[in-house]
Amino acid sequence: MTNKINIDETISWQEITPGGNVCASGNSEEFHTGDWRTIKPVFIADKCNQCLLCAPVCPDLAIPVKDGKRGDFIYEYCKGCGICAKVCPVKAIEMKADN
Amino acid sequence: MSNLTEIRWHGRGGQGAKTAALLLADVAFSTGMYVQGFPEYGPERMGAPITAYNRISGEKIRVHSNIYEPNYVVVVDESLLESVPVSKGLKKDGAIIINTAKTPEEIKNNYPDYDCRIYTIDAKEISESTLGKYFPNTPMLAAVVKVSKLMDEDRFLDEMKHSFEHKFAAKPNVIEGNMNALIMTLRRLDDDK
Amino acid sequence: MSIRERLSGNEAIAFAMKQINPDVVAAFPITPSTEIPQYFSQYVADGQVDTEFVPVESEHSAISACVGSQAAGARTMTATSSCGLALMHEILYVAASNRLPITIAAINRALSGPININADHSDTMGSRDSGWIQIYSENNQEAYDNFIQALKIAEHKDVQLPAMVCQDGFITSHAVENIELIEDAKVKEFVGEYNPECYLLNEKQPMSIGPYDTPSYYLEHKRQQAEGMKNAKRVALEVAKEFEKISGRKYGLFEAYKLEDAEAAIVIINSTAGTAKDAVDKLRNEGKKVGLLKIRLFRPFPAEEIAKALKHVKVLAAMDKTESFSSQGGPLGAEIKAALYHEKESPTVINYIYGLGGRDVRVEDIGSVYEDLYKILATGITGETYRYLSVRDQEGK
Repeated sequence: MTNKINIDETISWQEITPGGNVCASGNSEEFHTGDWRTIKPVFIADKCNQCLLCAPVCPDLAIPVKDGKRGDFIYEYCKGCGICAKVCPVKAIEMKADN
Repeated sequence: MSNLTEIRWHGRGGQGAKTAALLLADVAFSTGMYVQGFPEYGPERMGAPITAYNRISGEKIRVHSNIYEPNYVVVVDESLLESVPVSKGLKKDGAIIINTAKTPEEIKNNYPDYDCRIYTIDAKEISESTLGKYFPNTPMLAAVVKVSKLMDEDRFLDEMKHSFEHKFAAKPNVIEGNMNALIMTLRRLDDDK
Repeated sequence: MSIRERLSGNEAIAFAMKQINPDVVAAFPITPSTEIPQYFSQYVADGQVDTEFVPVESEHSAISACVGSQAAGARTMTATSSCGLALMHEILYVAASNRLPITIAAINRALSGPININADHSDTMGSRDSGWIQIYSENNQEAYDNFIQALKIAEHKDVQLPAMVCQDGFITSHAVENIELIEDAKVKEFVGEYNPECYLLNEKQPMSIGPYDTPSYYLEHKRQQAEGMKNAKRVALEVAKEFEKISGRKYGLFEAYKLEDAEAAIVIINSTAGTAKDAVDKLRNEGKKVGLLKIRLFRPFPAEEIAKALKHVKVLAAMDKTESFSSQGGPLGAEIKAALYHEKESPTVINYIYGLGGRDVRVEDIGSVYEDLYKILATGITGETYRYLSVRDQEGK
């Protein structure tokens, strides 16, 4: 069994892993959850004081942090749950309809 | 399957008729035979009538039913004679062996329909005089070996000694009593002839 | 040299478990399989095995513990009967779909109700579609031999499915009979080590097991699982060949007894097969061409091979020691009829329900089945194809 398989809806029964078992770790980044979203967070960089309260509460990988600073949302992973907007003390995140 | 011997044991739950059937299977096995020893199962109730069976043969045994036409019937508890049709299906050239102080003639008078040889052995008296307690199994085992001639008596005693030595390794004083119970039973049935 | 012994069916299984020395046994007692974990826990206490014995509070927990432990990479076993197996039902599917080769010693007993503790096949037949390999055993010897072979079939890389080894409760589980045991070292070498490709406790290769499976993938997973079951047939024969080398005893997908020229035959499972062989011999002595086929593998069901072995027979009785309440017979009858469907010429099949709840089956009872078959042969009148054997009937009074 291969350690990492890009399983998508084209995979055959012969190639799929037994029981859907995943014989690899750190592969949640391969799972793009962003298409579940109905509303999206918008990052207002001017208001952000880089307190980083938002990054750890994100249930997925939508808030990248590099060198102690957060960047803009990675919408591939953002489910639009809005937790980040709730915790932001300076209102640097606004939830808006996602078209 | 002409050399097949079928034995049915009648006892009461807790008396050890099942154990006796398994002991007989053990000793017949150790003399090189094919054996089956099995009880008829139901809810476990102390004192309720129970049945256990043996098949012993020189050939492999395949049948897995109860025994309806035994060569021998062993009655471990005399009181069952009144309540259970113990002689049912017993082969005409077979025998019934009963644990009782009565003589075969007395039994025959009480149960004239027992159409076979009748042997009686006072397992209670033998057990109490040799072991100081009432364990009917040991005498009844010797009685069935004697009557059925399933195996050579000396071989039987040897195997039983071996088995008692193994079983009672922690209490060797019991071994002699058990051996005496076997020997006394074999002799009593000699005298009956 | 093999070891000549006398053991009950339960003792034989416990002894096989001791020789296999699995990593984990998790079990909950239920009549008539209770003695297996009882004897085995004695081996554990005496230090004769180094198995982790997990006493649990129900059969649902027993099989759940087995799933966890086998997934962790440990060779795992349990034993159960009747309602115990029924309580495991949910997790049986989990074990199979996660491709965990757990072994169950299934001691066949009727499912309530009415409440009954004696042998029939309603318990394991109720699990027949759960994805477990099912191997049935006529006596203590076959139970022992099948148990040792089962885990090797189950663990094979082309199979990776759990297996249950079945025998009749009390009739063989509690009957002491002669048996030939294989030396410890040979069994140890035969079963080898369990080396799964992926397992939870592998620190070098972490894994996730049992994920949610969406409609986009579930079908593919089931198709793949079905392939494992298909492969089990081939693997069972390979393992049997290897087993013959250490035991001298031959096993196939089923046993054909005096079947080659038989015009009337029965298909039967477990202990009654032995009784039926005596009936066959008796009738053969009277010049009647009778035979029998004894099922060994029920899952996978070797339909093609069975059809080939039976197609020349004129009348056939499929003997089910369970009801399926389909109103046309039992599960064995259904499989046999399906297997024969593609044959141009095939026997008339009568499906008997027999021996439910431990009803004793004598040589004469099986004899009466052959009598019925000969009646059909002589008259050409099939009559009712779904029958109860030796049932008390108003008409018979």
